[in-house]
Amino acid sequence: MTERLLDVRSLRVAFETEQGTVRALFGVSFSVAPGETVGLVGESGCGKTVTALSILRLLPSPPSKVEGGEILLRGENLLPLPEKRMCDVRGKAISMIFQEPMSSLNPVLTVGEQVAEVFTAHGVCGKREAAERAVAWLRKVRMPDASLRAREYPHQMSGGMRQRAMIAMALALSPSLVIADEPTTALDVTIQAQIMALLQEMREQERMAVLLITHDLGVVHDFADRTAIMYLGRIVEIAPTRDLFADPIHPYTQGLLASLPGKQPGMKRLPSIPGTVPDLSAVPPGCPFADRCPFRQAAFARFRSGEAPADSLEICDREDPPLFEYAPGHLAACHYQRAARGEAR
Amino acid sequence: MTAHSIFRETLRRLARNPLAMAGGAVILFFFVLALFPSVFSGHDPNRIDILKILASPSESHPLGTDDLGRDVLARMVHGARISLSVGFVAESIAIGIGLVIGLLAGYYGGRVDSVLMRFVDIMLCFPTFFLILAVIAFIGPSIWNIMFIIGVTGWMGVARLVRAETLSLKERDFISAARAQGAGTGRIMFRHILPNTLAPILVAATLGVAGAILVESGLSFLGIGVQPPTPSWGNILTAGKDNIEFAWWLSLYPGLAIFLTVLGYNLLGEGIRDAVDPRLKGR
Amino acid sequence: MYRYIVRRVLISVPLLIGISLITFGVINMAPGGPIGISSDLNPKATAEYRERLKAYYGLDRPIYVRYGQWLGRMAVLDFGDSFSPDGRKVWDKIRERIPVTLSINLLSMATIFLIAVPIGIYSAVRKGSLFDRIATVTVFTGFAVPTFWLALLLMILFGVHLGWLPISGLVSLEHDSLPLAGRVADRAKHLVLPIFLAGFGGLAGISRYMRSNMLEVIRQDYVATARAKGLPERKVVFRHAMRNALLPVITILGLSVPDLLGGSVIFETIFAIPGMGQLFYQGVMSRDYPLIMGILTIGAFLTLLGNILADVGYALADPRINTGRTG
Repeated sequence: MTERLLDVRSLRVAFETEQGTVRALFGVSFSVAPGETVGLVGESGCGKTVTALSILRLLPSPPSKVEGGEILLRGENLLPLPEKRMCDVRGKAISMIFQEPMSSLNPVLTVGEQVAEVFTAHGVCGKREAAERAVAWLRKVRMPDASLRAREYPHQMSGGMRQRAMIAMALALSPSLVIADEPTTALDVTIQAQIMALLQEMREQERMAVLLITHDLGVVHDFADRTAIMYLGRIVEIAPTRDLFADPIHPYTQGLLASLPGKQPGMKRLPSIPGTVPDLSAVPPGCPFADRCPFRQAAFARFRSGEAPADSLEICDREDPPLFEYAPGHLAACHYQRAARGEAR
Repeated sequence: MTAHSIFRETLRRLARNPLAMAGGAVILFFFVLALFPSVFSGHDPNRIDILKILASPSESHPLGTDDLGRDVLARMVHGARISLSVGFVAESIAIGIGLVIGLLAGYYGGRVDSVLMRFVDIMLCFPTFFLILAVIAFIGPSIWNIMFIIGVTGWMGVARLVRAETLSLKERDFISAARAQGAGTGRIMFRHILPNTLAPILVAATLGVAGAILVESGLSFLGIGVQPPTPSWGNILTAGKDNIEFAWWLSLYPGLAIFLTVLGYNLLGEGIRDAVDPRLKGR
Repeated sequence: MYRYIVRRVLISVPLLIGISLITFGVINMAPGGPIGISSDLNPKATAEYRERLKAYYGLDRPIYVRYGQWLGRMAVLDFGDSFSPDGRKVWDKIRERIPVTLSINLLSMATIFLIAVPIGIYSAVRKGSLFDRIATVTVFTGFAVPTFWLALLLMILFGVHLGWLPISGLVSLEHDSLPLAGRVADRAKHLVLPIFLAGFGGLAGISRYMRSNMLEVIRQDYVATARAKGLPERKVVFRHAMRNALLPVITILGLSVPDLLGGSVIFETIFAIPGMGQLFYQGVMSRDYPLIMGILTIGAFLTLLGNILADVGYALADPRINTGRTG
């Protein structure tokens, strides 16, 4: 792999609750190269947003706690940075677009003030110039009547316009990485396409990297260079997007793709896979997907019926499978596939 | 979960809340005082002793004497009965009125609701203490009048609470089910809606008793409440104010009793609130 | 904005009518009507007073006519003559007392605001810290302390034992002979305890309220957005969170007017401050009915005014409320 802009290494995060410690991330590792778009896909509750917030160190602590790992930005670990240095990183080197444009803007400040604040917060320029630059950015993200709209409050705007304002805010200082957490989920379908197109255009213009968090495989297919699939606080498969769609290795990925009706973007929900996501507070040892895994179930059934002399996948209940590289840049974490085709390589 | 086990669960949560339990213990202590005053003080609360006017605390008068030489401890334990019962009766009246108005407004809605709620708004425009004093000026201060007035000027919060609960309960399935089975209006109101509003009312009532005790003691302190020679914590303090430069014990102890009782009710009330709805904890 | 205020005032008209009905009801609820009670219980109500009252209430007419007449007089603030020996007009007596009571209450509101809001914010931001826990305990204590008792204790401590602060009146006897600075200091000394005590209950309530508002606001998405922009925590708290958490406090301050007015009876009596509360207390003690009804009406009116001001203030502060101004 070439130069790495962001490198997340075995990140482990937990939450202290009254019922005890709940682990959210079990050693998440991935990297983002400059200018690259990486998709992070998974069901809700799988740890996507926790990952995003951890990178910017925006998780409230307590209750959250980083138990281990590193988050390297151009080789510098962000986790031990003092809060003041971290403020320089936020919005300037890494910025974030949130899911809910309705609630992510402050209701008592004008949209212009909120965009301008990015400049003043980082001491880029004075107040007056910041206001002008804010309008210029609003124009750039194609906010209609930008100079007028800058003086309006969020409640006077549509969801799409607010998300444009959010994007202007996130891009204002030309960060090298933008984390977009479900940027279009809360929007109408037609607006979704416009916002994604805008993001894509801005990405090319500003040559920035994007960490695109979504549960929409269609969006990832159209926009991401590489895609990571998350399940229960782990990355279970990561690969160049084309490879992932052509040859999914992990049974979870296979399940997701198999029930994808065509490959149109804008699909609201992930297809159903039998079984339910286990409770994060009481995760049993072994592969987290074992309960829902067709390979594991089949092996067990063969053993039970006497068809097979032994439970060939008994390891799935004991050991959490590590990621294994099947093709250049294509990694997956599955005992069955490791046995079935891992040795071939 | 059945209603019974919800109740038991709530009690269990309440019992594990040390602050609420401490509050309950304080209240219990004062109730015991009020029930058996002579056990705690052998003195007659109304016996005037000119030779011992404003005597500081001593062995025979542990909390000293007042400006007429009466034993302060004796007056305080007898005063406990007055203060506690005023709080209790006044709040019961307030709950009664608030319950009826809130139920009617919430259940019937429409014009009944808007008329009753405007009435609540209007009542809330009067500074409560002003209204109480004005009415006392007309009907005169006596223990029963005080209870009555504090009650009829303090029901508005309960009415709003009950109305809100009734409004949301009215739409629930079990009410429609009861109605489908031919239950009459009265039966639905008292048998189905009322029991479901009891938890928030209990919280409001506990806090309300505390408020009523504060108001009564304030009135008695001003000389417009419980009238001497009947002792109440508030009117003992009046003597404290008049002799502020010579007799600190007259100011300290009765006030401490009021403070502890009110604190006890507040802690218990908050405890019940947390036990009924644990989500609100720490707010 | 102008139209919003007009609309808000118009909504209050029915409330005003209701207030007048209840006040009128209180006067007439006494057995024998306003005259019967005043002649029976008030030794000062001589035959002459009775005649005056009879004329004032127009007792020979039907009740709705009486109400109409009475309402007409209320509208021009004619509350009749006081029963007290001076026999002055009730409105004149009230009018000269209002400034004292209002200024003490406004000062204590300002004190409440300036002390309670920072405490609430700090408690919320450092939730669970030593400061937060001490503040929480103090607030609970504050809710339970009878103000008049606290007043006595503070008088004993600062007035009697330490001798730092005067314990009665608004000014000292030698006030007029003092230089300007001395006069200001003298007045300030007299006001410290009353203002603190008038605001004490509100202090506890508002700081608690501010704390829970802040806790609510701080987990809103837009606060996360502000942090993600790289704003330092100080700016996140004071620019983004505080503004939103303060909005409902405006309403609460408006709603605290009746409590403050009611409390003024107690602290003005204790500290011998010549305000409306003390006048009311004296009126109640001497059963000066015209005075009592006058102050009751004024008190309700001030409460209503406080509510309207709070609503208007809220509308000004919150851009989401459409007041008819252009965006």
